[in-house]
Amino acid sequence: MPTIDAVLDDFFWRALIGGLGVALVAGPLGCFVVWRRMAYFGDTLAHSALLGIALSFLISVPLNVGVIIICVVLAMALVMFSRTQALATDTLLGILAHSALAIGLVTLSFMPDVRMDLTGLLFGDLLAMSRNDLLWIYGGAALILILLAMLWRGLLMSTIHEELARVEGIAVERLRLVLMLMFSLVIAVAMKIVGVLLITALLIIPAATARRLAHNPEIMVAMAVVFGFVAVTGGLSLSWHLDTPAGPSVVVTAFATFLLVYGAAGKARA
Amino acid sequence: MTDPLVTLDNLTVRFDERPVVDRVNLSVHRGDIITVIGPNGAGKTTLIKAILGIQKVSDGKVSLRKNLVIGYVPQHLTLEATLPLSVKRFMLLSGMPPTECESALARTGVGQLLDASVHHLSGGEKQRLLLARALARKPDLLVLDEPAQGVDINGQASLYDLIRQLRDDLNCGVIMISHDLHLVMAATDKVICLNQHVCCSGSPADISHDPAFIETFGQPVAESLAVYHHHHNHRHDLHGDVVAAGPQRAHTGHEGCDHAHH
Repeated sequence: MPTIDAVLDDFFWRALIGGLGVALVAGPLGCFVVWRRMAYFGDTLAHSALLGIALSFLISVPLNVGVIIICVVLAMALVMFSRTQALATDTLLGILAHSALAIGLVTLSFMPDVRMDLTGLLFGDLLAMSRNDLLWIYGGAALILILLAMLWRGLLMSTIHEELARVEGIAVERLRLVLMLMFSLVIAVAMKIVGVLLITALLIIPAATARRLAHNPEIMVAMAVVFGFVAVTGGLSLSWHLDTPAGPSVVVTAFATFLLVYGAAGKARA
Repeated sequence: MTDPLVTLDNLTVRFDERPVVDRVNLSVHRGDIITVIGPNGAGKTTLIKAILGIQKVSDGKVSLRKNLVIGYVPQHLTLEATLPLSVKRFMLLSGMPPTECESALARTGVGQLLDASVHHLSGGEKQRLLLARALARKPDLLVLDEPAQGVDINGQASLYDLIRQLRDDLNCGVIMISHDLHLVMAATDKVICLNQHVCCSGSPADISHDPAFIETFGQPVAESLAVYHHHHNHRHDLHGDVVAAGPQRAHTGHEGCDHAHH
């Protein structure tokens, strides 16, 4: 169809469509990040994405694949390390988050023939969204949404009370692994829009905003998706009109929405 | 007797080579109420977790009857403040149909809380919600870890009473951990005093004379329980004191208490 083609020829529309696809899965996954107190964990995975990009060049695979591989490996390592409990989880995450980012930056600097826009990677780039990226985003989103729908009760139950869930026959460990894989996937596809440094913000700010208004987990997820849409649309428009970096603009919009909702809800209560 | 629901055969759980549960043998049948008592760190919770299959067993064996449905009432329901959840939604997460969930809530006396947020429930209401959730699964075995923690003394008595009634309704086995010695003694068939190994076990009346029990809990506790068991029909008043009363009067008195916590 020529109209859709025309829309996809425009880089702004590509970025917007891609961003909305990311928000679609950032909503539900962001809720799990907030519910399970995984904000720092998400940050660690996101920071390791840079290392994934370096790996992609080394073994010449698409960027997304390299990022997913590194995120999955790191997620598994984290799960294993946290079982030994030799270090507090936040210390461990702090070490790995920044080490992964630093190793990624150092490795990339050793590859002079690789021309990467580092700012774009770190903070997102409105211009970088290709048609291929859109395929990745919507393919990944479809996969994540299907998995979420299938595993919803088990995921929610093991978030509420892990032991109760296990007694009721829910495979808690396997679900945690699936959740990790979904995080890795969303980081790989969200990187283009908001950049590796700000992915966690896109996950948790809309979810936290939704928490103020929701009375049930499913409503909270739906609202988080809507607030994600608002952040992406507002942020990319801001970026387009004022030539600001895409990722920070999205996060600023999300934060403004957060303040607005909490302010209004606080006033309504008073 | 029919096949046991659960059999523990020399069950041993070690943490770092230190046995926390040491060679415990036990079987639970339908209709049994077994209470595990013991000092802090005696391995009570570990024992229960081994039965539930969420604690690795170092030695020995836990055998469950085939297709055994376990209803588990954990010690606490601590909900993350960021997770909004209504009583109804929490019940439905058991995967049981809405009518079952509602009748289970009514059975444990919290039917009116259907639309309330779990965050706003009192300690006693939360325990009754957890009990309702276990109940909705129509369990063969009910496993409770200190079900009356954070419940006032009146609520405790009626909670143990409810557990006994549920045992009668469902004809299930019950195994629970408790610190409320007096209340438990009245509500249980068999007491197991655990201190890593089974110090002693038997009916409440027998166990209060057992030297091992007296050694673990001290002479005054054992004596008070022994005295208690010579007056089977008395109850506790509001202050937890023992009140001697006939079975009729005790019952009406207790009915009155039942609503006191609202």
